[in-house]
Amino acid sequence: MALQSLDIKARSATTTPSPAARGAGPEVAKLIDISKCIGCKACQVACMEWNDLRDEIGHNVGVYDNPLDLTAQSWTVMRFSEVEVTPGRLEWLIRKDGCMHCADPGCLKACPSPGAIVQYANGMVDFHEENCIGCGYCLTGCPFNIPRLSKKDGKAYKCTLCSDRVAVGLEPACVKTCPTGAIVFGTKEDMIHHAEERIADLKSRGFQNAGLYDPPGVGGTHVMYVLQHADRPELYAGLPKDPGISPLVSLWKGVAKPLASLGLGLAVLAGFFHYVTAGPNEVEDEEKQS
Amino acid sequence: MSTLVPRYSPRERANHWVIAITFILLAISGLALFHPAFYFLSHLLGGGTWNRILHPFIGVVLFISFAAFAVRLVPDNRITAADREWEKHLPKILRNEPVTLPKIGKYNIGQKYLFWSLVVLIPLLLVSGIVIWQPWFTPYFSIGLIRLAVVIHAVSAFLAILGIIIHIYSAIWTRGSIRAMTRGTVTAAWARHHHPAWYEEVSRR
Repeated sequence: MALQSLDIKARSATTTPSPAARGAGPEVAKLIDISKCIGCKACQVACMEWNDLRDEIGHNVGVYDNPLDLTAQSWTVMRFSEVEVTPGRLEWLIRKDGCMHCADPGCLKACPSPGAIVQYANGMVDFHEENCIGCGYCLTGCPFNIPRLSKKDGKAYKCTLCSDRVAVGLEPACVKTCPTGAIVFGTKEDMIHHAEERIADLKSRGFQNAGLYDPPGVGGTHVMYVLQHADRPELYAGLPKDPGISPLVSLWKGVAKPLASLGLGLAVLAGFFHYVTAGPNEVEDEEKQS
Repeated sequence: MSTLVPRYSPRERANHWVIAITFILLAISGLALFHPAFYFLSHLLGGGTWNRILHPFIGVVLFISFAAFAVRLVPDNRITAADREWEKHLPKILRNEPVTLPKIGKYNIGQKYLFWSLVVLIPLLLVSGIVIWQPWFTPYFSIGLIRLAVVIHAVSAFLAILGIIIHIYSAIWTRGSIRAMTRGTVTAAWARHHHPAWYEEVSRR
């Protein structure tokens, strides 16, 4: 649903400007400090509770990941990776997966339904399911494999960054509940500043490659990670090193879209003007007689 | 009025119009999801969600009817030396200038190009369409293949729609052609003028 207190910056399948008369406030961001995460899954529970989501009871497949993957009813999941960056020294990396709220969102670029996906002026990307037609193009456009189509209603769902809470001045439910302070929320500027302090601390503790994950390939994100091994994000359950909108998606919903439409329009016009200038191709009268 | 020559049987006409109707519905519902400027077309099929649900099923109907039609048209669509010669005179033909043309058969080179284009494009549209058919088939394919399929589907559809625009205009421009598909017959003068080798063949029967 549209949230009147949040200005919209971009709207799917819309070629005219979005409402922008009011001054845009600061951009917001959620910062997830993986070095502080203990994998308690309180954030998963808080997300279920606030958003009133109840996934089907799954099966234990022998790993801590539960549920095993994001679904239309599970908008965030903890992904557990056991790695040995230094041989003999086991590290348990626990990444809270979910929508990254890209500044250049592939889902919004791919979506064919006007207003089904919006990006607020504060940077959050939200799905308005009442406009969703269930085509799944957002799944095709997303560089992070986040949106899921619901088996119940055929609509796409993902983390909203609790747009309904943020709109009234509250922090997202996962941030509110995190017992270790691994998840924090604020202006993007403040979150980058906070991350820098955390990274300096990690470096002083021997994590030489600690850094901030705010990938420029998608224009930066409004969900950022502090990684102990920022040089190897793929260690964290396959977090992409340099994510971006696929060139195929950019071709399809970028240049091809206006050019092909123009081409078809010109073909129709060319036919019309050929007819009114050259005239029809008629069989000569004398041939009819012969 | 000169005598009439049969060109298409009732079965062929019905088959052609099943393809034509489904093609128009597919073009409308496909363009609706391709560019926002065409999104209003989705209302013709009952709104965005119905548009998304119906499009692939209509596509399967088109594929089956096209396959049945195309199989019968293959022999008449082999490109001959006369067609190549005829093609050289195309600019003059388009300008309605007097020109002596080689005797071509049931179809001219333009019609044959359209036929062979659709023989390639329609199976491409079917295969790429299955890959992006939510929610039934897409989950079985990798994201890389899905992204390739959306591009193949869009490019193939663009080329097919362009071909059909030319096809429809040619039928309107070449007076006396449309009745071949509505009534099944053309005038002898039309047949002699546009498809002389075919006319001679039909006359011999």
